[in-house]
Formats: sequence, structure tokens, C-alpha cells
Amino acid sequence: MPIALFRIDDRLVHGQVVVGWGQPLKLGFIVLADDDVAAEEWEQELYRMGVPPNVDLVFATVDDAARSLDRYRADARAGMVLTGTVDAMLRLVRGASPGAVRTVNVGGIHHRDDRAQKLRYVFLNADEEAALRALETAGVTVTAQDVPSARAVPLTEILRGEQP
Amino acid sequence: MTDANHVPRRAIVTGHGAFPDGLVSAVQQITGRGEMIVPFSNAGLGREEIETGLRDCIEQSRATVVFTDLPGGSATLAARRILRDMPSLTIVTGANLATLVDFVFADEGMSAAEAAAHAAERGRVALATVHA
Repeated sequence: MPIALFRIDDRLVHGQVVVGWGQPLKLGFIVLADDDVAAEEWEQELYRMGVPPNVDLVFATVDDAARSLDRYRADARAGMVLTGTVDAMLRLVRGASPGAVRTVNVGGIHHRDDRAQKLRYVFLNADEEAALRALETAGVTVTAQDVPSARAVPLTEILRGEQP
Repeated sequence: MTDANHVPRRAIVTGHGAFPDGLVSAVQQITGRGEMIVPFSNAGLGREEIETGLRDCIEQSRATVVFTDLPGGSATLAARRILRDMPSLTIVTGANLATLVDFVFADEGMSAAEAAAHAAERGRVALATVHA
């Protein structure tokens, strides 16, 4: 089954991911592609507690996730692949087989001093803007959408930042 | 003990959207003891901001208990990270109004952890289905 959602969310596994998307998509597994969490057993335990027992939470480095993407896609269950940063998602797309990632959902990149607000839940610095553009150059459609009931905002609108 | 001698224990309620403010408002309406609970919403905040904000909130209010909404929500995860270096803290997940009302009326002889455990049980009992 194709991966149901590729998402960038700096909160990683949290309520919006597990409940807001997880329930309507009937997720059977979530791949958290994050180098720091992949190296930290305690953090993994923390995130496991937030996921219902019927959902498998898989921890992988970004490179491992990219290499394993075809295996995730062969899973009969619906799955989500999650990164905490734009850079990690770009690395994942570049490391995966061509065409493996068609769309990326920007779910939450929150305030930091070096970032400018684009949407209510999306703040970007120049490097992150460039990385999102690079995703589209790589053939990936990028939209922002925090929850399924919201409109998917295309990248051009995100970058214009007209909907704070 | 009279109210003049009463030193109230403090707690934080944290979670999504207006959940924290709403619960504190409801506690105040019912008990007049809303000042015992400090609200902290995760709305619009990133992972690090939630943890920093919650930590500041705990330290400033000298709260000993943190009530949260979803067990796997980002506010709960932040509270669990803080617990690592504040082991005296107690976290109650899945909090509801019955939980908080019980907490603000907890016997003064109880420790904060005991009051939190009692409140959690009261909240659990309050959660019920009602049929005609």
C-alpha cells in the first residue's frame, strides 16, 4: 500500500499526528525518521507511550528510512512517514528510489528566532524555504495542512505567507 | 484550619487549544479555587517551546502536579521530559473537570502525589456512559 502521508512536524509524534491524522487514515504504522530519536532509547519509549497499541511505531535514522521506504510501501497497512525538519524530509526524498515520494505534508514548523511566520503553524528560515523548493524541484508536491479538515495550502501560498 | 492559614498546593493544567484555560475557568466557576491551577496551552508552540514554557510555568508557580489532556500529546511528552530532572513532580494524564475539582478540595494532610492520585481516580469514575 502506498504511504498514506509523508509529514514534516517538529513536534514529531503527538496528538495531531496520532489522533488527528492517525484515526481517519486508519494508520497501522508510523515511521519516525529522526537521527536523534533513533539514537535515544529513552526518547523512543516516550513516543511509544503516545501511540495506541494497534499502531506500530518504527524508529529509523533518515538514511535508514530512505533505504527502507520500498519495504514500508509493501506493507498492507496504511502508514505515515514523519520527519521533524524540512532538511530531514529532503534527505529522505533524495535517498529514496525516484518517485517514491509524491507529496509531502507540512504539518507544523513552529516559531524560532531565525524563522519568519508563513502560516499559523508554519515558520520558515531561508534554508527551510530553499529545501521546500528543492522538494518540489525533485517532483514532490508540497502542501501545508495541520489537520485533515483544513485546506491543503500549496507551497507558493506558504512561501508568500499571506495566511498567518 | 481557616482560609487565612491555608497554603494552597498548586498545579498546572496543560494541553491542546483552550483546554487548559477552559478547565481553569470551570474550576473557578465551581469552586472559587481557580488560582490553584495554572493553565498552559501548547497551541502554536514547537516542541522546545512547549518544554521551556511548561518548565517556566512550573518553576514560577511552584506547582508540584501537572495535569494533561492526551497521554501521547506534546504537552504530556514535555511534562515527562521535565519529570526526568524534577522527580518530585507528579503527572496526571487524561485529566477532566472532576479530576481538577477533586484536587483543589484535597485534604491538606495529603501529599501532592496523594492528592493527584486521588484526583485521578475521581476523574476516572466520572467518565461514564449514560443510557436512557
